[in-house]
Amino acid sequence: MTIKLLYFASLREALGVSGEEIALPQDVDDVAKLRAHLAARGESWQVLEHSKKLRAAVNQSMVGNETRVKDGDEIAFFPPVTGG
Amino acid sequence: MPAVVSAQVSVQQEPFDVSAELKAIAGGRHDIGAVASFVGLVRDLADAKLSSMTLEHYPGMTEKALIEIVEQAKQRWELLGVRVIHRYGRLAPGDAIVLVLVAGSHRGEAFAACEFIMDFLKTRAPFWKKEETPAGGRWVDARDADDAATARWKA
Repeated sequence: MTIKLLYFASLREALGVSGEEIALPQDVDDVAKLRAHLAARGESWQVLEHSKKLRAAVNQSMVGNETRVKDGDEIAFFPPVTGG
Repeated sequence: MPAVVSAQVSVQQEPFDVSAELKAIAGGRHDIGAVASFVGLVRDLADAKLSSMTLEHYPGMTEKALIEIVEQAKQRWELLGVRVIHRYGRLAPGDAIVLVLVAGSHRGEAFAACEFIMDFLKTRAPFWKKEETPAGGRWVDARDADDAATARWKA
């Protein structure tokens, strides 16, 4: 399956990328597994798996790590929000 | 008779005009007894070294999150109108960042809903602030106090 990934704010700067489309193995089917899958890319990506603070949104709604990932999803990772 | 509720959410770079927005929400209506307003401003740092503040957001999700927050407020209180404007991009100290207007029959629901919307906006709407100083840029950390402010509405 193919998903769209987005990264924001300090995470975007740390990773050096704001977005990408990637193909996922079938067994990467929830947010927790996606975090681990991305963390395997290298040192700067490990924060996705190990930071308890980084939030995830699937299709523009903030979700927990147990949320399923499906083909065509837009998944964003970002630090806690600081607007207002 | 169900209340007429006009809820509008905008995410924009341009400044906003508070009195024009007040007129838009309450002008020509005689059922509104109170409009509570909140305006958030760019505050300088303690050492007065803030050159600018840049707000990044997540286009699409931002609008969706703000609309959801307004809908929750409307379910909780009987409101006669809501207007939320949040700016993004580069702002200077003293610039207005966010406006929340809430109209109701009486001040109680207007004050409460205005505070509710701000508390949820602070922890749910995908905006991030970066402070620029002569020493460089720094992303603003989220505050635990903001999480606590949101949590108290669950009681």
